[in-house]
Amino acid sequence: MSNNPQLNKNGQLQHLLTTEGLPASILLNILDTAEPFVGVTERDVKKVPLLRGKSIFNLFFEPSTRTRTTFEIAAKRLSADVINLNIAVSSQSKGETLLDTVNNLSAMHADMFVVRHAQSGAAHLIAQHVRPEIHVINAGDGRHAHPTQALLDMFTIRRRKRDFHNLRVAIVGDILHSRVARSQIHALTTLGVPEVRVIAPKTLLPTKVERLGVHVYHDMAKGLKDVDVLMMLRLQNERMLSARLPSTEEYFKYYGLTPEKLALAKPDAIVLHPGPMNRGVEIDSVVADGKQSVILPQVTFGIAVRMAVMSILAGS
Amino acid sequence: MQLPEAEDLLAVLTARIRQGISSDTAVVGIHTGGVWLAERLHRDLQLALPLGALDVSFYRDDFGQIGLHPQIRPSDIPFKVEGSHIILVDDVLYTGRTIRAAINELFDYGRPASIRLAALIDRGGRELPIAAQYIGATLEVPPAKMLALEKKADGKLDLSLYDKHQGNE
Repeated sequence: MSNNPQLNKNGQLQHLLTTEGLPASILLNILDTAEPFVGVTERDVKKVPLLRGKSIFNLFFEPSTRTRTTFEIAAKRLSADVINLNIAVSSQSKGETLLDTVNNLSAMHADMFVVRHAQSGAAHLIAQHVRPEIHVINAGDGRHAHPTQALLDMFTIRRRKRDFHNLRVAIVGDILHSRVARSQIHALTTLGVPEVRVIAPKTLLPTKVERLGVHVYHDMAKGLKDVDVLMMLRLQNERMLSARLPSTEEYFKYYGLTPEKLALAKPDAIVLHPGPMNRGVEIDSVVADGKQSVILPQVTFGIAVRMAVMSILAGS
Repeated sequence: MQLPEAEDLLAVLTARIRQGISSDTAVVGIHTGGVWLAERLHRDLQLALPLGALDVSFYRDDFGQIGLHPQIRPSDIPFKVEGSHIILVDDVLYTGRTIRAAINELFDYGRPASIRLAALIDRGGRELPIAAQYIGATLEVPPAKMLALEKKADGKLDLSLYDKHQGNE
């Protein structure tokens, strides 16, 4: 237990940095704890006093309005004080190091850091550096991990499909650059999903991706057959410029999720997307807004899941 | 020590509450024992408003010491709290801290017209100025012991006494 930097000496979650290496019991505890928080967000007063007096710093070294907002809402619904720092445009540009920034904020009595950084491993570095009473949540680091996104996906899947043990799940799109995909794969396999597929052109797959325990497909027609859950990934526009793909039109033709391609999956298959969506690139609007889409419930559940993570960390 | 029969106490409690209810009375049980009692009260008193349930974990005052309780159940208040007359139901009334948390949580659903408290057993030991309007029985229980309500396979309720491993109530 002690060699996992995410767990304290009692085996409790101390930081949430990645879904990799976390036991199923911890992942399930987060999902179970999120359930009652869904109800809280449906009340008149959408707030509980659990983290009253705690200070949570959103450290965003890479811009992300959506993720930062969901963490901010989650923290506020727990009655914590939230301080948002967009460091891309502040001290880092003045030459301050990452750890100097963190030291300064620790001196302001931070209780928790939510970290988004373009460099893989940034949240780990901060977690190793801070005092033991401070908790770190990775809100996305480079190509490495985005654990709360994966957990909210797991929560959404469990809500719709009840059980992980009889599912066939396909992750579709830019696996190579996706921290979301990596975190999803670790979470799905740990929770006992028997068949995880990745579907992508060769240029958007990491080498030896099979080692993660997934089945590789390059063809949507084969890969989507009899699938219960489709997890679409965002195609980042900058990937086009790097010449890994000929054009967005061609990508849509082969890998964009249209109603015709969706029909290859099981009739009750659900479609997830972490957002923001590129309509007409990785997903057709008819599918994104269709009855099999759970994209908006994902956003709602994302708040409850982040509330659960924050409360579990603050209480450990 | 000799414990009273929970079913006998529930009959006493039901009779006492019956005097004080009207068509706009709602009952809300506190998880877990309080919900079992509230289900029975709701049925036997034939209350019109739907049954409510609270898990007060997000409102407890010991979060800073012991963290989040495992296995929190969703709270469910399926009636309009604003202006309602609520009877809050718990199994064992002890320090009063759970009741304080429950009252705070109820107010996040709206402003009730009144809240009364019913408990199967009052074991004394209050640490807050909380009093019950309806009690099945008063019982002296040593501080090192924990008194808990259990539900048997046949649905009947039963009281048990445990050694306290950790500060539970």
